[in-house]
Amino acid sequence: MGRIGFFIKEGFRALRRNAAPSVAATVTTAITILVLGVLLPVFFFTQRTSEGVREQLAVKVFLYDDATKQEIGALRQRIRGLEHVRSVAFVSKAEALEILKDRLKDPGVLRELNTNPLPASFTVKPDDAANLTAVRRELTPPGPDGRPKPISGIVQNVVDAQETANPIEEVTSKLKIVLILLTVLLVIASVLLIGNTIRLSIYARRREVEVMRLVGATRWFVRWPFMIEGVLVGIMGGAVAILLLWLGKLIVVDPLADSFTLIKAQTDTDLAFPVLVAVLAASSTLVSAIGSGFTLRRFLRV
Amino acid sequence: MSRLRRKTPADELRPRRGPDSPIVELHDVTKVYPGGHVALERVSMAISRGEFVFLVGPTGCGKSTLIKLLIRDLDPTEGAVMIAGRDVAKLPDKKIPHLRRNIGTVFQDFKLLANRTVYDNVAYALQVIGASRAEIREKVPETLRLVGLQSKVHSYPDQLSGGEQQRVSIARAFVNHPPLLLADEPSGNLDPVTSIGIMQLLYRINRTGTTVLVVTHDREMVDKMRRRVIELYEGRVVRDEVGGGYTEESTTEFGMRMRAEMGVGVEGHTNGGVDDF
Repeated sequence: MGRIGFFIKEGFRALRRNAAPSVAATVTTAITILVLGVLLPVFFFTQRTSEGVREQLAVKVFLYDDATKQEIGALRQRIRGLEHVRSVAFVSKAEALEILKDRLKDPGVLRELNTNPLPASFTVKPDDAANLTAVRRELTPPGPDGRPKPISGIVQNVVDAQETANPIEEVTSKLKIVLILLTVLLVIASVLLIGNTIRLSIYARRREVEVMRLVGATRWFVRWPFMIEGVLVGIMGGAVAILLLWLGKLIVVDPLADSFTLIKAQTDTDLAFPVLVAVLAASSTLVSAIGSGFTLRRFLRV
Repeated sequence: MSRLRRKTPADELRPRRGPDSPIVELHDVTKVYPGGHVALERVSMAISRGEFVFLVGPTGCGKSTLIKLLIRDLDPTEGAVMIAGRDVAKLPDKKIPHLRRNIGTVFQDFKLLANRTVYDNVAYALQVIGASRAEIREKVPETLRLVGLQSKVHSYPDQLSGGEQQRVSIARAFVNHPPLLLADEPSGNLDPVTSIGIMQLLYRINRTGTTVLVVTHDREMVDKMRRRVIELYEGRVVRDEVGGGYTEESTTEFGMRMRAEMGVGVEGHTNGGVDDF
């Protein structure tokens, strides 16, 4: 216990004497964690939006009106047996009309129709958005003439939403890459700056290190105070960032959440604020530990 | 860290080959620095437990290299350095701290920590090896009394004279009661009167059973001390002789004789509160 107290006391002592570089590293870490704190929810949000879009992706299999119940049942079984198919839902002619009625502002239009012109259909959902094309290909394998042909005679037409899915996929994946790149760069900057702080601290305390070696301190005994100094820098930076984020949430996000359901939905469900704080605190500690550990390994010859 | 078992000095430097084996042995030790400078060339010597030995020679003769070899700050190019019968070069890196805990070292430039008090400087040596608070509270004042600094406990190094600073550094080296004490030019920066005080202190420590090896370039003083002298010249041992018959004199007798021989009066003494051993 006394030993841990000694290390922590030494860490704080070093921090006081090494103030200028410590402040620089603290500020950088704070900025990194701040950006991370903004990016993470945004990241989660885009992730969820693209998942929402994927959710809607499905292949529609329209059927001829003369298909019998047995034929329909057989086709359902067949589609279910295909690879990458997550679910198959049957929409009868009547149901299709109901759906159309719901969507129309003026259902009266339909009263003009004597018959139901809508075909019955299967909604086939792939297990993953990426497999949409594969499922479509399975439903319409190339016939003898090389052109796609439906797997069953009762199938009138097969339609998918590939055209809408592609751009969304592209945008979200590019956004992800940009966000990840930005975060990685900031993390590297923090690691290097904390490393630099520790390096200066080692230089400032080279006499102490020399004395420690002479009286027989073990390698980690010499290292711990530096390690703690670096982690303290990280924790302080993280604390500043979390405080700013909390203020931002309180002042900007929360009032907006009342008027914008989008923000509300996002703040409520995806990433609860306490979880975000925990993640940020952990990453600031980790980043600073890596920064100091790396520097100690390189510059502290014990 | 906290699981690290503390070994007592006696534990670590227990002789491997019987109680009479020398505490320091060098067998044909050669040290060539990168670049080709030969610092030591086929140096052999043996120092027994409880001896008080001077190592003399002009600047650049290899004295400091020898000290560094003993605490394994350097590895010999050839030959073997044995401490308490163990080949230092064969110690695993992990064991080096334990070796150093058993060798007190004192330097010409004191190597004190300027931002810590006298007490904290001495306590630091014990904190570093994981001593308990009770042990620190007991040993630090005791050692500071031994070196005659009990009245300067709360002073900072820059408030002390050179001689006093050297006493602090000796206290730090000795607080752990190591079986071997190395002093590299301990009086190099000090005036003759203060030097005698420091030598007297080292002699007192020697009388507690600690082997003391003092490195100096001051041949004149060494000759008057009448202790064993090993002389290095350009990396070789050129003289190793035992000075006659004074091994049983008390610290006070030693001090008085030294002052007389150096032509310094008693009024110049710097030992605060010295009790004889």
